[in-house]
Amino acid sequence: MAYTVEQVSIMDSIINRYPRKRSAIMPLLHFVQSIDGYVTNEGIELIGQKLELATAEVTAVSTFYTQYKSKPVGDYHVGICTNTLCAVMGGDAIFESIKEHLDIENDGVTNDGKVSVEHIECNAACDYAPVVMVNWEFYDNQTVQSTKDLVDAARAGNPPAPTRGPNKLRTWKENSAVLAGISDGLANEGVQAGEPTLLGLKKAKGGA
Amino acid sequence: MSKLTPVLSANWDQKDSFTFEAYKRNGGYTAIAKALSMKPDEVIQTVKDSGLRGRGGAGFPTGNKWGFIPQGDNKEHYFVVNADESEPGTCKDTPLLMANPHVLIEGIIIGSYAIRANHAFIYIRGEITHVVRRVQQAIEDAYKAGLLGKNILGKGFDLDLVLHVGAGAYICGEETALLDSLEGFRGQPRLRPPFPAIAGLYAKPTVVNNVESVASVPAIINNGVAWFTAMGTEKSKGFTLYSLSGHVNNPGQFEAPLGITLRELLEISGGIRTGHKLKFWTPGGSSTPIFTDAHLDVPLDYEGVSAAGSMLGTKALQIFDETTCIVRAVLRWTEFYKHESCGKCTPCREGTWWLVQVLKDLEAGRGSEADLDKLLDLCDNIMGRSFCALADGAASPIISSLKYFRQEYLDHLAAGKCPFDPMTATLFESAGVK
Repeated sequence: MAYTVEQVSIMDSIINRYPRKRSAIMPLLHFVQSIDGYVTNEGIELIGQKLELATAEVTAVSTFYTQYKSKPVGDYHVGICTNTLCAVMGGDAIFESIKEHLDIENDGVTNDGKVSVEHIECNAACDYAPVVMVNWEFYDNQTVQSTKDLVDAARAGNPPAPTRGPNKLRTWKENSAVLAGISDGLANEGVQAGEPTLLGLKKAKGGA
Repeated sequence: MSKLTPVLSANWDQKDSFTFEAYKRNGGYTAIAKALSMKPDEVIQTVKDSGLRGRGGAGFPTGNKWGFIPQGDNKEHYFVVNADESEPGTCKDTPLLMANPHVLIEGIIIGSYAIRANHAFIYIRGEITHVVRRVQQAIEDAYKAGLLGKNILGKGFDLDLVLHVGAGAYICGEETALLDSLEGFRGQPRLRPPFPAIAGLYAKPTVVNNVESVASVPAIINNGVAWFTAMGTEKSKGFTLYSLSGHVNNPGQFEAPLGITLRELLEISGGIRTGHKLKFWTPGGSSTPIFTDAHLDVPLDYEGVSAAGSMLGTKALQIFDETTCIVRAVLRWTEFYKHESCGKCTPCREGTWWLVQVLKDLEAGRGSEADLDKLLDLCDNIMGRSFCALADGAASPIISSLKYFRQEYLDHLAAGKCPFDPMTATLFESAGVK
């Protein structure tokens, strides 16, 4: 698709953050995903033009990083942690049951385009295991049933709020813009910490 | 009396702890006035004297890193924060930044002033959207308050700070891969020397520090070296965040002096999952050789853990009870390293692939005892033979698990399958829900 004048000007502002423009390649790829949903050929070409790089150079970077998708994902992209700790605590069971529940494989998308699933590596929330991410927002302490409920609600367009995140789950494209460094003004929403994060502090203060 | 020492986590229980107002209310942004009235070299000396060591895994003295930056060289200097927290088990920087991003920013201002950098970056992993929001907002608020930008506090010091969001590559937590990624390339490690202090970002002198290391600096400046060195052990000074996860009744973050033991942390937190017993654990993430119940009293500081045959790493204490199959756990970590190997060095790229093949067979009860020696032989050909430590990390759980649990590997072969029921290890089993 063609990009609007406004979108191209946002790309220029992203480039201007850096002392050298090639450094802007990652936020620009996130930005393309916020418009197209994945890294399109058109996006790669425009980034190449902007940064004076060959499309092969942009593609080489894009394909290195797993968050850049070469084909569309769902509006709600579900990542289930199956690294050792989460896997043992229930992540494996969750992953298997969700694939079956949605009748898709790893990296698959539901027919309605609403939900996609991939198994992910450690997402830095081990004290909340098993962990599920949707559009890279935290859904802590999941079970097979809670994750089924989560994906069903997402397919119906009404996902619950993240455990530690904004009051309402945003779409894949909307969150991709945040990763490109474009503020959505939601930083003050949601909790400052969950219970495990606060446990040591509570114990230090003499709490039970 | 509790051995815990909340400093970084002291105000996390305030609902608005992540805001500029809360940070100021709690005494934040007072260390920069103090630091900016000191000479930059004095700031470096203070951090050196504190004995603060890198909290991202390697444990290198932070002040020494700062001191390696050549001064008077007429070059741009860069201050880069490694917020690419991805080591399996590690989950301290992420909650820290969610609850209080401003303490990192204050540390960055002080560090940049000390090494005479006018440009700083935070390289944050891309899979934590809400933390990205919080840090981005904190940077904007710091600019609005005149704490970033031109002529900070009227002291003639300029600093621009950019948040750079990664895109899902563990290897970018390795400092030279991080720099390549920040320059806009595939994140692959560089051969050292030259070290980043000489040729880092854009080939200019660069400091790369972990989030927790930098966030510890404001408190050191405010409270002094003696306050900091009064905590911890002889060569491991100060406090740090220990992250307890896995088969425990109460997982979470515990800020304590370096040198606390797992036994003490378990006593404070509420112990191993009720009705179960400790089988194995990592002291500092999956790249650190595993420990067993024989290591409950090892002092969790750099020297203590090292003397017991592992590494303090990121203080990510992943606890596994007797329901966990060691072969399954090690296979899964190995699959992780295979997936995250950047492919630059042949021993790591090919070796991790072969390790996975052998371990898959062993977990399924196929293969022979000779495969255990093959695993060790592969590890021997991988460790220390690549540009970075990823492959060393891959070998750690394999070698250490064979040291402590060789018989369990053999039990798989004897049974012709995995003798464990994975459901008994899940939390659903203990909670009675599915």
